[in-house]
Amino acid sequence: MSTSDYDPACLPDLLPLYYRRLFPFSQYYRWLSYGGVSKNYFQNREFSFTLKDDIYVRYQSFTTQNELEKEMQKMVPYKIDIGAVYSHRPSQHNAVKSGTFQALEKELVFDIDMTDYDDVRRCCSAADICSKCWTLMTIAIRILDRALREDFGFHHLLWVYSGRRGVHCWVCDDAARKLSVAARSAVAEYLSLVKGGEETVRKVVLSDPIHPFINHSLSVVERYFQQYAIVDQDILGSKESVDKVLAVLSPLCRQMKSFTREGSSVSYDLHFSCVSVKSNSKKGGQYFDKEIMLQYCYPRLDVNVSKGVNHLLKSPFSVHPKTGRISVPIDLKELDTFDPFEVPTISLICEELEKPRAEEAEEDDMKDKENEQEAGERRRIRDYKRTSLAKYVKVFDRFLEAMARSRKGEMLKKSDLQKDF
Amino acid sequence: MQFPGRRKKLIGSSQNDLYDHCLQFYGQPPLENISLTEFETFAVERLKLLKTVENLGVSCVKNSEQYTKKLDAEISRISEYEKRRKDHISHFILRLAYCQTEDLRRWFIQQEMDLFRYRFNDLHSKHKTDFLHKNNLKYETVSAEEKKSLQDKLIASSYGLSGTKVEEHDVYKVPFQDALDLVRTRKVYLLAGNAYIPHHEIVTIVLNDFRTRLSKALAMTARSLPAVQSDERLQPLLSHLSHAYVGQDYSIQKNIGKISLEQIDALSGKSFPLCMRHLHKALRENHHLRHGGRMQYGLFLKGIGLSLEQALQFWRSEFVKGKVDADKFDKAYAYSVRHMFGKEGKRTDYTPYSCMKVILSNPPSQGDYHGCPFRHSDPELLKQKLQNYKVSPSGTNQILELVKGMHYQLACQKYFELTHNVEDAGFSLNHPNQYFTESQKLLSGGRDIKKEVDMSQRSQENPASVTRPSQANSKQIFLDEIQELSDPS
Repeated sequence: MSTSDYDPACLPDLLPLYYRRLFPFSQYYRWLSYGGVSKNYFQNREFSFTLKDDIYVRYQSFTTQNELEKEMQKMVPYKIDIGAVYSHRPSQHNAVKSGTFQALEKELVFDIDMTDYDDVRRCCSAADICSKCWTLMTIAIRILDRALREDFGFHHLLWVYSGRRGVHCWVCDDAARKLSVAARSAVAEYLSLVKGGEETVRKVVLSDPIHPFINHSLSVVERYFQQYAIVDQDILGSKESVDKVLAVLSPLCRQMKSFTREGSSVSYDLHFSCVSVKSNSKKGGQYFDKEIMLQYCYPRLDVNVSKGVNHLLKSPFSVHPKTGRISVPIDLKELDTFDPFEVPTISLICEELEKPRAEEAEEDDMKDKENEQEAGERRRIRDYKRTSLAKYVKVFDRFLEAMARSRKGEMLKKSDLQKDF
Repeated sequence: MQFPGRRKKLIGSSQNDLYDHCLQFYGQPPLENISLTEFETFAVERLKLLKTVENLGVSCVKNSEQYTKKLDAEISRISEYEKRRKDHISHFILRLAYCQTEDLRRWFIQQEMDLFRYRFNDLHSKHKTDFLHKNNLKYETVSAEEKKSLQDKLIASSYGLSGTKVEEHDVYKVPFQDALDLVRTRKVYLLAGNAYIPHHEIVTIVLNDFRTRLSKALAMTARSLPAVQSDERLQPLLSHLSHAYVGQDYSIQKNIGKISLEQIDALSGKSFPLCMRHLHKALRENHHLRHGGRMQYGLFLKGIGLSLEQALQFWRSEFVKGKVDADKFDKAYAYSVRHMFGKEGKRTDYTPYSCMKVILSNPPSQGDYHGCPFRHSDPELLKQKLQNYKVSPSGTNQILELVKGMHYQLACQKYFELTHNVEDAGFSLNHPNQYFTESQKLLSGGRDIKKEVDMSQRSQENPASVTRPSQANSKQIFLDEIQELSDPS
C-alpha cells in the first residue's frame, strides 16, 4: 500500500522526524543558492512559516544551510512558503530605512488549482480530486511547459504537486528571476485563454487569426479530450450537461449544428442529439468547437500568483497539513502515469524509516562514528533513500544538475568572450 | 503634421535642428527663457491633453479608429513650430510636477506613452524611419531565410500582416521583455524568448524605449526637485498640478461610525453602485469572498465610514456563518482587514478603488465576484440582474447600449438615474464611493452645495454650470482651471 493512514493529529510527532531525517536540506540549499553567483542570494531570501495553531510568521531568513536546518527543526513549521530575494536580510527588515527594503528577484511561478475548474468538472468539486479530473492537471502541465520553454525560451522549470488539489511551476532561469511585475503579468496573460468569473458563461473567445500558441495548446487538448471529456467527465451524458455545453454558445448561435461522433477520429467531434442549425452570427461562430474544448480543458491560472515579485508560494518538499502528502517534484517524463494518490504521505515515509535496515547500512554506521560531522548528512541521505521519497529527490537532483551545467556553460561563454584562459 | 519635402523653413531657423521632427524623445530639456504665463498655460494645456488621453483610454479601445478620431479633434491647430516648442516645454514642466511619488510617476508615464503611441502611429512610414535614425534607434532584424521559414507563424500572430509584407519589410527580433504590450495581448509571435515584430508594429519597441528613458528621467528629476521647489513662483503651481489629476480619492474618512452594520443590507439596495451591491449579495449568500472581492468591497466600506472595529465585526460575523470558525477568522482574515485600514505591514492606508481601477485592473475569474458588472458580466446576465432589481425594460436597454459602446461608467450613472428616479445624475461618475455619497445626498432630501476645504477636493456644483471668473485675476483663473481638471467629464 502506498499510503499509510494519515491523521493530522500525528503531525506534531511526525514533523520533527521529517525535518531531522528526511527533508533534503542540502539539495534545497543548493537550489536556492543558485551556484553562489549572486552574493547573499540565499541569505536575503524570505521564508514564511505557519506554525502549530495557525501562527503565521513572515520575513524568516537564514545565513547558512545549517541555520536553516536548526531553525526548522526547532520551529517545526506545518507549512513553509518561499518568497522573494530582498535587498536586505528579511529577518532584519525592520532595521532598514523605510522604503529601501525591497523585493528584488524571485522565480516566475504558476499555481494551477483544481477548484478553478469547478464549473466544468462533474466528478468532484472544491478541494476534492480524483483520477478523472486529474487529467486537467496533465493537460495544464503539457501546455504550459511547452509554452514556457518554446515560446519564452525558459529552460529550468520545476513542476511540483501541491499536496492536495493542484500543481505549481517554478521557473528558475536567471532571466525569469529578474522579471519585473509587468513582465510576469504579461507572461501570465499571454498564457490565459479562459476569462471571466461567475457572471461569464462563454469564457473562451477565438477569432481570426488563430495565434500559433493557441494551435499548439489545442493539439494538446485534442489528444486528451475524447477520453477526458466525453468518456470520463461524460459531458454529453445527460440532457442537463449537454444543455450546459450548449449554453456556452447560446449568445452567438440560435441553433446548433449537429455533428456525429466518429469513433476513431483524433479530433473529437461532438455529438448533439438535437437540432439543425443555422449559425447566424459571423463573429467567432466558426470556432465554437475549439472554444468548448478550451473552456473545458485549458489551464486556468491565477494571474495574481504569478504577477507579484514578493508573492509567497508553498515550498517544494513541504507537507500539506490536511492530506499529509509531501509536495513532490513531478517528473515530466512520467507525466501520464503520475498519480497524486501515490504521492507519499509523511506518515508513510516516517513508517518506512523505522523498518529494519540492510546490512550495508550498518557498515556505514560504523564509518559514521568516526566522523560525526558528516555523519548527520550522510545518514540523512541514506534515510530518505530508504523511503518512497527517494525517487522524487532524484527528480529534484536532476533538475539541479541541469541548472549547474547551464551555469557552467554560461561562465565558459563569458570567459571566452573576455578571452580569459 | 507632415511636411511636403524639406523646403518649408521653420520660423526661427536657428533652431531648425531642435524641432525638425514633429515627434521627439524628450532627451534634452528646453534651454530658453519663458514667461510665467507661458509656463502656466503650457503646463495646464498639456495636462488637459493627458487627461483626455486617459479618459479616451477607458471609453474607447486604444488606437481604434474612434479613439484616433477623437484624439485628433483634441489637438488644436497652431503653427507647427509653435506646437513642437510647446510640446517640448510643457512635457518638461509636467515632469517637475509628476516626478515625486510612485503613483504620480506611473500615471504620467502611462498617459505620455499613450500620447506618444498615438502620435507615432500617425506618422508616415518615412517619418517613422526618420525618427529612428534621428534618435539612433537600431533594432535587430530577422534574416530573410528565417522570415521565410516563419512566415505562416508570423502571419498567424500579427494582425494585418500578409505574405508580401513579411517579404518586403523588416521584421524585428527583440527579447520578449521589450515588447510586453504585444506579449500580454498575444499579438506577436514568440520563439525562444524573442518577440518577432513586423515593421508596422515597431511602435511597440519604440514605446518600450520611451518608457525606460522617461522612467529614468523622472527618477533623476525627483532628486533635483528640492532646488526647483524652493522657487516660490513655481512651488504652488507645481503642487496644484500634481493634485489635479487625482480628484477626490475618499482616502480621508469622514463620517466614521455614522453607518451602523444593521443599515448595510438596506443601503446596499438603495445607495450602493451595482458592483458593491453584487459583492454584498455574494458575501451574504456564500458567507465568503475571495481576496479581490474583499479588497474592493472592504475598502469601499471603509470609504463610506465603517470603522476598523465595525469592519472586523462585519466580516467576522459573515465568515463565521460559513466554513470559517471565529478562531480561524481572527488568525487569517482579521489580519487582512487590519491591513486594509493601514494597521499592519508597511502601514499603507489603502484608498478605496476608483471606477478606473475596478474596470481596468484584476479582472475576475471563476469564483470571483469583484470587478465592474457593466464591464465584466455577460450582457445577458447583466440584463437579468437589472430586471431582478426592477429596472424598467427601456432603462435596461439604454444601459446595455452604453455597455456595448464600452461606456461603463456612463452605464452605471444611468443605473443611478433609473434607481433614484432622476433625469440626470448631476455628477460625472468615477468612483463607487462617489456613487454612494451622491445617492445618500439625494435620498436625504435635495442636493447641497458643499464647501470643500481641502484643495484636492472639488466643488459639488453641476460641472456644466461652472462659469469662468472674470479675467481680472489671471492667477485665479489658472488655479480654477486646475480645479476643474479634477472633475473629468
